[in-house]
Amino acid sequence: MPQPKISLDQVRHVAKLARLDLSDDQLRKYTSQLMPILDYVAKIGQIDMSGVEPMAHVLPLKNVLREDVVEPSLSVEDVLRNAPDTDGPFFKVPKIIGADEDSAG
Amino acid sequence: MLTPDTLLAALEAIRRREVSSLELVRQSLDRMEHVNRILNAFNSVYPERALGLAREVDGGRIAGPLAGVPIALKDNICTSFGTTTCSSRMLQLFRSPYDATVVQRLESAGAIIVGKTNMDEFAMGSSTENSAFGPTHNPWDVTRVPGGSSGGSAAAVAGGMTCAAIGSDTGGSIRQPASMCGVVGLKPTYGRVSRYGLVAYASSLDQIGPIAWNVPDVALLLGVLAGHDRRDSTSAAEPVPDYLHELDASAKPPRIGIPREYQAAGGLDDDVRNAVGEATKVYQALGAELVDISLPHTEYGIAAYYIIAPCEASSNLARYDGVHFGHRTRQPVRDIVELFSKSRAEGFGEEVQRRIMIGTYALSSGYYDAYYLQALKMRALIKRDFDAAFEKCDVVLCPTSPTPAFKIGEKTGHPLQMYLVDVFTVTCNIAGIPGISIPCGLSSGPLPLPIGLQLLGPAFSEGRLLQIAHMYEKATDWHTRRPKL
Repeated sequence: MPQPKISLDQVRHVAKLARLDLSDDQLRKYTSQLMPILDYVAKIGQIDMSGVEPMAHVLPLKNVLREDVVEPSLSVEDVLRNAPDTDGPFFKVPKIIGADEDSAG
Repeated sequence: MLTPDTLLAALEAIRRREVSSLELVRQSLDRMEHVNRILNAFNSVYPERALGLAREVDGGRIAGPLAGVPIALKDNICTSFGTTTCSSRMLQLFRSPYDATVVQRLESAGAIIVGKTNMDEFAMGSSTENSAFGPTHNPWDVTRVPGGSSGGSAAAVAGGMTCAAIGSDTGGSIRQPASMCGVVGLKPTYGRVSRYGLVAYASSLDQIGPIAWNVPDVALLLGVLAGHDRRDSTSAAEPVPDYLHELDASAKPPRIGIPREYQAAGGLDDDVRNAVGEATKVYQALGAELVDISLPHTEYGIAAYYIIAPCEASSNLARYDGVHFGHRTRQPVRDIVELFSKSRAEGFGEEVQRRIMIGTYALSSGYYDAYYLQALKMRALIKRDFDAAFEKCDVVLCPTSPTPAFKIGEKTGHPLQMYLVDVFTVTCNIAGIPGISIPCGLSSGPLPLPIGLQLLGPAFSEGRLLQIAHMYEKATDWHTRRPKL
């Protein structure tokens, strides 16, 4: 069972994975807050549950699908209504291609 | 208070033309104007729209089982009118292009949504202090929290602003505020009510449910909300009984399970222990059989919940990236990832950021097996505990909250302390079973605070659960108490 004590570097890494741009002060604060929480939830590892099937969902539902036919949906206007920036029928964003390696994936 | 203040009484008064829907909605809006500045229960209100609908009801052009009554809707349920903010800066200006299924059902039934209520941001919290728009105050003592995350909804009813309200419950967020505000709140079985249009927090735990002054009101509302919805692939096909009319159907005395582990639970306030103890005596006097049961994995419930919910939340909240909707940073950014990261850091409050990080950590490589997988195994064991218990009893009885409403600011410095208040409510969501909180007492002390009794039943047993809750109500009068506002 991995050591539940979480380091500032680990929190920095998690914040990056979660796409949260946090200052060093914020990272330090979260690190001190997350430690007791992770310590507490780690008790889930104390009990032997070998042989227990993990349960992701309580209802015995499987592959609930509908027929693959076009149905009424939202208009382009509806879809763009809350967009922070648009260009005609497009959402406008800063460049994606050519971003530095550090941010890819 | 509204006159009349309960849902069924208001419906009856409208039907008999003792009061018009217009008068009732006006009362509600007036009350909101006066009281909301103190309580901060509402994020947005829609007077013109509500009055327009009231006129349609009075003119006979809108009818239905809820025709003409003012209700409040938690602000994480999408409405095509106004905003759906989830009490977050991330969605502060968000105008949903569609109505949630429950909104369609409520409006088809003639209910009039007068406003959207304040909540803990993205439903993450147990006090409504995690709102980006300030906390909601408890109508029984304005220096205290109303509970959370559906605190605004519970306060809308308890503060006499609407006849009923709709909330959502992922780890106790309907039942706990109902308990702290002296009203009735029900979390249905997972899948009973459509989640289409409910902004997702933890998809395997979230459910929408009703909050009102008494059990018959809640039964009526559940009947309107419940049912299969093809637009929610997790929605159950179970038929919907007539909950209201079946309330008095069975005179059979229930078997009430008292969990050993909950008796031993630390941090249980004396007033709560006494009130719940008195409630079990009421049930005994009504002929109920008390059964000693064990829910052996109780102590792992919070740990399981605070892994599963943040993990699911980290996935559900990944959609808030500043691209298609919601807050986008105005800071200059070098590339798309910086757009995501700055928008999210600015748009999300601290508790939301904390839970996203807990979830991201617990799902990340090297930790997934130790945390998330273990939590899912614990879920199976908790469900098994309840299945075994329900062989011996019809409902499980326990407190809703270990303490009455705490002071605003009391627990905000200690996230883990805040999480522990959910000890009696989280296992119900984990197992997917229904749970109801009903008023069962008031705390001793200068300003009495409501205490809630919780009943949990097997999946899709809402009918029997409501009957058993109603049995208690008929023998007591806690549900008739009102705060002095």
